[in-house]
Amino acid sequence: MSAAESQPEAPSNPDLNLTPKEQEFMKAKSYLLTASTNTGLNLYDHLSLVLTRVLDERPENVVDIFEDKGEGEEEEAAGDEEVETPLPNLMELCFYFEQASIGLNREEMIRVWLALKNLVDNHPLQHVRFWGKLLEEQEEDDTPKPEFKPPPVTPKEDNRTGANKKVYFVCNDPGKVWVKLPPVTPAQIVSARKIKKFFTGRLDAPVVAYPPFPGNETNYLRAQIARISAARDHFVNNLDFEGIPVRDLTDPTLSNWVHHVQHILPQGRCSWWNPEPDEPEPEVGPPLLTPLAEDEEVNNMPPWTAQMSSNLIPQYAIAVMHSNLWPGAHAFGFEKKFENVYVGSGHKYSMENYTPPAPPPIMEEFPSGPEITEAEDPSPEEEAALRAAQQEAAEAAEEMEDAEEEDEEDD
Amino acid sequence: MDAVGLHLNIDYVGSSGVILSPELKAGLQTSLVILQNENKFDRVYFWGKIMGVKDDYYIAQGVYRDEFGGRRTFYSKDCIRWGLLPPATAAMREKSKLAKGRFTGDPSYEYEHTTVKKVGEGEEATEEEETITIKEEDRLSSVIQEIEEDVRIVPRGAFIKTPTGEVISNRSFDGLTVSESAKLCNYMHFREPVVLTQKSLLQRANLDKAIDFMDSLEEDIPRGSWALQFERGSGLVVLRSLLWQGYVFYHVPGTRCSGSVYFGNGEKNLDLPFML
Repeated sequence: MSAAESQPEAPSNPDLNLTPKEQEFMKAKSYLLTASTNTGLNLYDHLSLVLTRVLDERPENVVDIFEDKGEGEEEEAAGDEEVETPLPNLMELCFYFEQASIGLNREEMIRVWLALKNLVDNHPLQHVRFWGKLLEEQEEDDTPKPEFKPPPVTPKEDNRTGANKKVYFVCNDPGKVWVKLPPVTPAQIVSARKIKKFFTGRLDAPVVAYPPFPGNETNYLRAQIARISAARDHFVNNLDFEGIPVRDLTDPTLSNWVHHVQHILPQGRCSWWNPEPDEPEPEVGPPLLTPLAEDEEVNNMPPWTAQMSSNLIPQYAIAVMHSNLWPGAHAFGFEKKFENVYVGSGHKYSMENYTPPAPPPIMEEFPSGPEITEAEDPSPEEEAALRAAQQEAAEAAEEMEDAEEEDEEDD
Repeated sequence: MDAVGLHLNIDYVGSSGVILSPELKAGLQTSLVILQNENKFDRVYFWGKIMGVKDDYYIAQGVYRDEFGGRRTFYSKDCIRWGLLPPATAAMREKSKLAKGRFTGDPSYEYEHTTVKKVGEGEEATEEEETITIKEEDRLSSVIQEIEEDVRIVPRGAFIKTPTGEVISNRSFDGLTVSESAKLCNYMHFREPVVLTQKSLLQRANLDKAIDFMDSLEEDIPRGSWALQFERGSGLVVLRSLLWQGYVFYHVPGTRCSGSVYFGNGEKNLDLPFML
């Protein structure tokens, strides 16, 4: 968020033999690119947006309306918000969470809601969701996160797809600054699967683990969120979407619940990426919207537990799902409403205890082969024996030859 | 957590994901009072919830005048009908350590554990399989007792030991100050002391016999198995155990208000050394 981070490294790089003019240019550009501490936007992008719009629309007397153009951009954004706010109705969800005995208490939810409002006001987001809370190890406070679909700008390379489809913001305490989490890399997901660490609550804390994790706690947090989201988020499956009776939702076969987030492949990506062109064996995950019934069993128990929120008044009960694979991941479904929430320490359940992987075998100094294998020198007795054996063999061969000759003569 | 004022106190731990639905709260408010009257308890505590795969167990405890001895544990699946849990014997606890995995939610479920034993000596040795069955009710009782011994904590000074050996709540306890409540040495394990008895006389010289009759959290192994956090400014201190994930203790500094609750799987976090 700070200005220092978003400045390109050019001015601090005197090795590039830039002319003073070019250096001035770089400085000016980096200044324009400095992100605002309030909104995260920068002037460079804003200007380029305005100019693009002018060139696209080609209005007459541009100079007269140029000021308005700039304002128009802002107004439009504000206008959209009034029509349809990206802020979720968290209190309504909280009501259902409370029925289901999951989530957070009401006061905390209000605080999260206010924090989300703050986030929405300062960032151009299209849709925001409250993701959950990760309980942490140290004195720093807890971590609620929303999740949002990015505004419809040109997608950057690998972002907006697969595991990076959504952008996550975290904060330690509702009301503190929201920090945007960086996109997750496949290496981080693969590595996060092998380690098990508590979160400290400090985003810049190193993750000290074996095998080494590529990144700090920010990246580990992002990787765990991606893993949990892939396993947890589901959707009520109905073509007409009329809502499903609660009894059917709590049906133990779980066929009315489907995953709506793509499965993460063992490679650490959602879509298969071919490392070598001539390797035709892609890893395939279950397709999107797979029924939960097809999830793998976890140590002989179903991956999800379906319950009704009330056994006393089943007419108005809501359906609740508890994940057994990721303890702390819950979902509710009631008529057309459904939501997921995660409150836990961010670790996958396993019946067996965690064992860190063994260190790799020691590397060989040379490839072993006949040229470098040391053989023991033969002793004089062995040499003598060998010589005798060779002599015998030679004699035997001579005899054989003689015998053969004799045979031929006989014929 | 004291059953009196449960509906208010449960909010203190709500930020840790401990939520009771209004239906359960209403059920507990009624049924715990009945439980107390029927058994003539001095106090009833809501102990927490152990989540099973199919169903959950809600646990309550009743005590008479002495808080240490004579504690009786009840369990329920709907927070209305309570059943007495048999106290865990040493043999039961030894056996239930063999049961692995989550609770199922059915108290009569039997876990099976098979061990391979060698019978005979030398070449005549044959392998024999021995199957031990563990009833879930026994396991539940053992796990509850284990959690109590490992992590149940109270603020220092909240309970006193009388000259007759009884442990009763301290009427003159006024809560820890904010700075005191940030230190682990001001919280005590609510169990018969283990570490304290091994200390030398010199180390015990400055202790107050009436108050310091329990182990403090500072000597817990491994170090850092507690997550201490302040909430609402400094208006609430929350301690979460990382050894028994789901155990949450709260205390409002400057008041008598404190308590703890366990909402978890009933499985000990044996991976703790790797995770710190």
